[in-house]
Order: sequence, then C-alpha cells, then structure tokens
Amino acid sequence: MTDIPFDQAAAGGSAAPTRRDIGIKRRYRAERRFRLYGLVAIGIGIFFLAALLFTVIRGGYTAFWQTSINLPITFDAAVIDPQGKRDSDPNVLAAANYPLLARDALAAKLGIDVKAPSSREDLRLLSGMISQGARTQLRAMVTDDPSIIGTTRDVWVLAAADIDSAHKGQIDLSVPEARRKVKDRQVEWIKQLGADGTMVERFNRGLFTFGASSRPETAGMGVALIGSLYMMLIVLVLALPIGVAASIYLEEFAPKNRWTDLIEVNINNLAAVPSIVFGLLGLAVFVNFAGLPRSASLVGGLVLTLMTLPTIIIATRAALKAVPPSIRSGALGIGASKMQTVFHHVLPLAAPGILTGTIIGLAQALGETAPLLLIGMVAFVADYPATPMDPATALPVQIYMWANEAERAFVERTSGAIIILLLFLAAMNLAAILLRRRFERRW
Amino acid sequence: MSVSWVLAAVLIIGAVAFFVARTRAARLQPQAGQKQHSLPGYHGSFALILATLPAIIFLAIWKAASPLYIDGAVWRSLPEQVRSAPDMNRSLTMGTIYAIGDGLRRLDAGELEQVRSGQADLKALFASKGLALASNGEAYMIPAAEAYRGMNDASSRYSAIGAILISLAGAYFGLSGITLRRRARNNVERVMLWALIAASTVAILTTIGIVLSMLFQTLAFFRTVPLANFFFGTVWDPRFAAAGSGGATGQFGLIPLLAGTLYIAFVAMLFAVPVGLFAAIYMSEYASRRMRSVVKPVLEVLAGIPTIVYGIFALVTVGPLLRDISAALAGGQPLIMAQSVLTAGLVMGIMLIPFVSSLSDDIISAVPRSLHDGSLGLGATRSETVRNVILPAALPGIVGALLLTASRAIGETMIVVLAAGVAANLTLNPGEAMTTITVKIVNQLTGDLEFTSPQTLVAFALGITLFVLTLGMNVAALYIVRKYREQYE
Repeated sequence: MTDIPFDQAAAGGSAAPTRRDIGIKRRYRAERRFRLYGLVAIGIGIFFLAALLFTVIRGGYTAFWQTSINLPITFDAAVIDPQGKRDSDPNVLAAANYPLLARDALAAKLGIDVKAPSSREDLRLLSGMISQGARTQLRAMVTDDPSIIGTTRDVWVLAAADIDSAHKGQIDLSVPEARRKVKDRQVEWIKQLGADGTMVERFNRGLFTFGASSRPETAGMGVALIGSLYMMLIVLVLALPIGVAASIYLEEFAPKNRWTDLIEVNINNLAAVPSIVFGLLGLAVFVNFAGLPRSASLVGGLVLTLMTLPTIIIATRAALKAVPPSIRSGALGIGASKMQTVFHHVLPLAAPGILTGTIIGLAQALGETAPLLLIGMVAFVADYPATPMDPATALPVQIYMWANEAERAFVERTSGAIIILLLFLAAMNLAAILLRRRFERRW
Repeated sequence: MSVSWVLAAVLIIGAVAFFVARTRAARLQPQAGQKQHSLPGYHGSFALILATLPAIIFLAIWKAASPLYIDGAVWRSLPEQVRSAPDMNRSLTMGTIYAIGDGLRRLDAGELEQVRSGQADLKALFASKGLALASNGEAYMIPAAEAYRGMNDASSRYSAIGAILISLAGAYFGLSGITLRRRARNNVERVMLWALIAASTVAILTTIGIVLSMLFQTLAFFRTVPLANFFFGTVWDPRFAAAGSGGATGQFGLIPLLAGTLYIAFVAMLFAVPVGLFAAIYMSEYASRRMRSVVKPVLEVLAGIPTIVYGIFALVTVGPLLRDISAALAGGQPLIMAQSVLTAGLVMGIMLIPFVSSLSDDIISAVPRSLHDGSLGLGATRSETVRNVILPAALPGIVGALLLTASRAIGETMIVVLAAGVAANLTLNPGEAMTTITVKIVNQLTGDLEFTSPQTLVAFALGITLFVLTLGMNVAALYIVRKYREQYE
C-alpha cells in the first residue's frame, strides 16, 4: 500500500509533509478548474441569451414607430373627378388618382411648382416619398364622405419604406447616390420636413392591424394575430378537455396492464416526435384525406392540438399525482362514487397544476412554425379571416415570411414581430408562474 | 335540413329532457324506509345522454356511410360502355357528376329543361353561375347527376328524420322510467368512463395516423422510385414536376440529406453537451440556493424561445458574424459561409443547452445523496466526487438524456431551414452549407402540391425516415432512463 503516494499522503504526518502538500495543491487546483468550467458554461448560456435578446431588441424596437407626413390635402374635384361624372358612375371615386393629391400637397409644402416642366424629376422623387398606402387611405376618406371633395384636410399619410428607413438613420449615406434608393434631394427634403415638424415618427399602429403587403410600410401582422388567436382557441377547446380526460383515465381509473402501458409509452414518445412530422400528418389526414381547406386556421389548430396534447397530459398527470391519497380516501369514505371523488374533489385540487401545464402547452403551440409551413399557412393573406376556415397565417409564420424579404424595413419588422411574439410568450409563462405561486398547495 | 340544424334540434331535445327529468326526479316522494338511488341531476343527465348520444352516433355513421353508398349507386347507374371505357378516370368523372348535381340546384326551370334535353353547353352554363367544372359534361352524366342529387336530398332528409326520431325516443325512454330506484348515476358514470377511455385513445390514434398517413404516401412514392435509389442514392436532385422534364423524375438520394442532418446534429451536440452538462453539475454541486433560483429560470428561458427566433438569430447575426470573422482571420476569403453546418450547429447547440442541463440535473439529483456524502466524507473534493462517483452512477441516465437531446436536434426544422442552406452537398467541411431531411420536407411541400408526383411524395418518405430515426432514439432513451430510475428507487 505504501507504494501509492496518495495513500501515504492520506496516512498523515509520518510521510514527508512537502509531498502531501503538493498533492493537495494539485487537487485543489483541479477543483478550482472544474468549478470554473461550470461557471463558464453557465456564463456561455447566459451570454447567448443576452446576445439573442439584445440583437432582436436592437434590430426591432424601431419597427414600432413609423414615419408619417402631415399634409394639408386638398381634395381637388379636378383631380378626383375631372369629367364631373361621379354622381352617375360610382367607379369614378374608386379609380381616381389619389396619390396625386398627396404628391401635390407635399410639393406645395416644399415650395415646388407642380406646373413647371423643370420640376418633373423632383415630382417623381416626391411621389416616391409617399407610401402607396395613401391611395387606399384617401380613397376610404372620400368614399366614406364624398362631401369632403373640394375641401382641404390635414391628413397623416405614411412615408414610403425607404424614406422611413432614411428618417430613422438606417441608410448608409456614404454610399454613392446612384447605388442607393434614397437620393440626396430626398434626404434634403427629409431634413427640411423633419425640421418643421411635418415629418415625424408616430406609433406604428399598422403593424398590428394591416394584413400581408409587398410594401413594408403597409405590411402588418393583423392577419397573423387573428390566425394565431383562432388556433389558440381551437387548441384550448380541444386539447384541454381531451388531455384532462385522458389523464384522469390513465391516472385514476386505468388498470395496470399492457394496454395502458402502451398508451403511456405512446404519449411519452409523441412528446418527443419532431413537430414537422405532425405537419405531415395534418397535410395527409386533414387536408388531403378529410378535404379541409389548406392554409385554414382550423387545420393549423387541429395539428397544434395533437402536438400539445402530450404536454398537457404529462402536466395533468403530474398534477393529479400530487393530490394526496387521503383526499380520495376521505371522499370515498363518506360515500362518494369513484367518479364523484375524481370530479368533485381531486380535479379541483389539481386545477392550478393543470392550468399551468395548459398555458405552457399553449405557449409552445404559439411559437411553433414548422408544421404550419406544411399545411400551407405560408400564404399571402391580405384580408382578415372571418372564420377559422378562411386562409390565415400565424405569428411565427409571419416572422418567417418577413425574414425572406430583402428590404431594410422588412428586416426591422421581422425583429419587431419577434419582440411581439416573445412578449406574448413571456406574458403566458408569467401567468403560469403566478398561477402556480398563487394556488399551489403543498401537502 | 343541414347537419348543423339537425344537431341543434337534437341538442334542444336533450336540454328539454334534462330539465324535465331533473324536475320529475326532484318531485319523487320517498316513502318511509325508501331512499332515492340517484340525485335529480343524474336523472337529468341520464335523460340528456339518452336523447343526444344515440342520435349523434346515428348521424355520424350515416354521414360517413351514405357518400360511399351513393357513389356506388351512381357508378352502377352509368352505362356499361362508359364504365368499361379504357380511358376511364373514375374519380374525375364522378367529380364532374357531383359538380353537375350540385350545380343543378342553381338553375331555374327553363335552364333545367335545356340541360335535360341536352341542348345546353354545361361548362359555359355553370361558369355563368359561378361554378367551375373540371371537364366537359357528357350527355350520360345528366341523368346520373340528377340521380345523385335525388339520392343526396333523400339521404339528408332521412338522416334528419331518423336522428330526431331517435332523439325523441331516447328522451321518452329517459323520462318514462324515472323512479326512486333507477340507477341513473351508475349509468351516467359508465358513459363518462367510456368518454375518458375514448380520450385516452386519441394518443394512440395520433401515432397510428402518423404512421399510416406517411406509409401510404411513401408506398406511392416507392412505386415510381426504387427503394435502393432512395436509401443509397448519393445525389439529391428532385427537379420540378412542372418543368416539363419529360418523364425524367430526378434523383432522390437520401445520403446527402442524412449526412447533413447527422453532421449538424453532431456539431450542435458537441457544443451543447459540455456546456449543458457543466452547467448542470455546477448548479447541483456548487451553486448557492440563491444563484440556483436565479440562474435556472434564466437558462430555461432559452428553452422557451421559439425555434424560428433562433433561426433568424442564426441568419441575421451569427452567420454573417462567423463569415466576417473567418474572412478576417484567413485574410479575405471566408472559410465559413453565412449558411453553414457550423452556423446551424452552433445556434442549435444554444437551443439545446437547457435541454441537456435540465435533463442532466434531474438525472444527477436522482443519484442517492448517500453516495455523494460518502465520497465527500472519505476526503474527496467535490470535483472528484462528481467525476468518480456521481457521473459513473448517473451515466446510463445521462446517455438516455443525450439520446433524447440528439433526437431533438435531428428533428429540428426552423433553425436549419434558415441557417443550413438548401444545397444538398456531401462534404466534411463544416464551413460549407449542407442541408437536412427537415429542410427538404419543407422545401418539397411549400408551394403548389400534387399528391401524385414523386416530388411531393418524397417528403413523406423523408418524413417516415425521420420518424423512425427519432422514434428509435426516443424509445431507447426512455427505456434507459426508466431502467436507471428504477435502479435507485
């Protein structure tokens, strides 16, 4: 035994003390190193979380503001209705050249003569500063109230996406003029309009209300929000009762045999099946076999229900398991049936745990993208879906679609949409944590 | 009457039956020595179940079976020479007949007469009514369409009458037998139990649905592409069906996709396993209670972030960063592409850190405290305890946890869709783009689909490969973890 240095060292003072100290030092060094590795590992995790959140917020917070121009627009009858036929032909008001009104108002503001032939190039650049969304905006104003024709109103119109980016300082002005979309003359105007308070950044309400659009300034997540809302409702309505019923059976009633064993293994497996496989299932079964419409939030909701079910079942079973057997014995003892015991006593006590699990499952479903791509929710949907059978998109899918666009303003909107998605998820998880804190009972 | 109206009627009958039965049961006067077996509410629920459940089941069966019957009857009513014609496309013909049958409803009497006498141009006529016919209507289709329409109307009429009669009969039976001794509660509870059992089979049905749906499409795929070409092919070049490739169906080699999938998962694990494992060890061994309560939830936030966000993080931030750094190091030429195995693997690794750490944390805390304390008591340092006692004891569990994590890495989609690239390369250089099974499933299935072309069906073959791969890993992992837990329980 004495030929092993470690044992000699451990044997105490008989061996040379210097040798023992060397061993301890080495071991303590190893100990500190090991500890450091752990700290570094945690640091790496936290660093990446911080980096991720930082880049998303830095890239996206500007999306919540949108550059708008306040213009005194004259609803000139000579532009809207040059032939004076608007009373007989309703199409006149629909097809009128509204962008011209906005352009002329902007030209007047900047003191450019519309009639002069020399200002043609300027006028083209001016048109490019105003969003194409002005057409719909002004048309809606006129068709709502035709009496405003001939009057002048102050209207906030959206600036075009490139002007928006330039106003926010996101465009590199050191690039030669020929190679950038915003020309020097426009930059001058932006400064001029910004100085006199005509061009300001206002809260971007359109980000929450507009549908799909090929122009960033009129693209929003309205359709995606409604689609996600429909899907969450479907998941809640289907997955919660089915999940709770299945867990009650497995936890409280099922005999321990091969069949229930099979179901158990199955549920654990389903929880680990890649989400994209559920998308294939939805495509083959719901769309191809059952003939439900592609891109509909109904199909998305069904797919997400199947995906969320294992999560809810696992959480519910844990919550049911946590209810002490004495509750059951007590209820049975005073004459309740098995069913009454479960539904009147066990289930209410397990409810907070079940709700927490459900919210976490819903949060998972809200962030899921891959299966929705397969059932065709990557669609250009401009109109709000009236029912879950109509085409819609979802929040994460909208993010995916914007990520594939090249324009600077879409990059900003992608990050903005991610912020919104993360806020939703944070709120849901916070609700789950608060529920658990507030109602959790320890026996 | 449409189905929803019938359902509404049945539910109203059920609601009435519920209230009447409950009131009646409440009015029962138990004599001395008698006891009412069930509470009034159970009598009500029993009547409700009797009034609605059989009727709804009847309706569901009818709705599922009647189209099959009608389809067969209409098909048999077609002239023999039409049915046995060599260029017969049954589903197309029947589809046209159904469309005509539905379209007849929209015509007025004069137009109907024209159609019957065979003078009208069906396609143009229906187009004017806002209905598109898939093919030109033939003369023989008109009587068949009318027969179809007649049978369809009769079917929905009979089903409505039948459902309401059954519902009324159920309500009558539920209301008529209300006595003190009726065992309403037991009956209601039996139905509830069956409902619970049915709910628990949804999980089984989902698995069966996954397997069957992919199996059928995969078999269809292997009718056009030989098995060996798929599993051992080294070239992925599916072409597009619409490109007029003239019978050339492209090549569907799994190998480059599988290699990319495994390579990226390997890189991700290479990053996530040490980080996650060390984080878990530090957390269980060194961290103070306060640090634990802060750091653990923070790391778990990483698990709650949707994968699309990681994908965009990789695409916008990590990819360009790695490319620029490698370009600066190598002097000009970037060694790492913006979309590469390394980018996708690194970001996927970040996503996997919390999985590894929380799974290993569970496993490590399942090791009995006595082993840990015994080792410390013998004079081992904490790191020696971890390395020589805890980790060996927890090894099977950790292997199971790693298998679960790896299966997640293999099935991950959004990160690789955005960060790995779409080129099916077969390379060992982690700086280059490779593609994965999941990316190709997404690529093949977004856009216009045709469920007959191999370009679409291959996605299902890829899907079943992925499913089998991950299923095998999951089953093994769950088995190992279960065995491991039993060992210390």
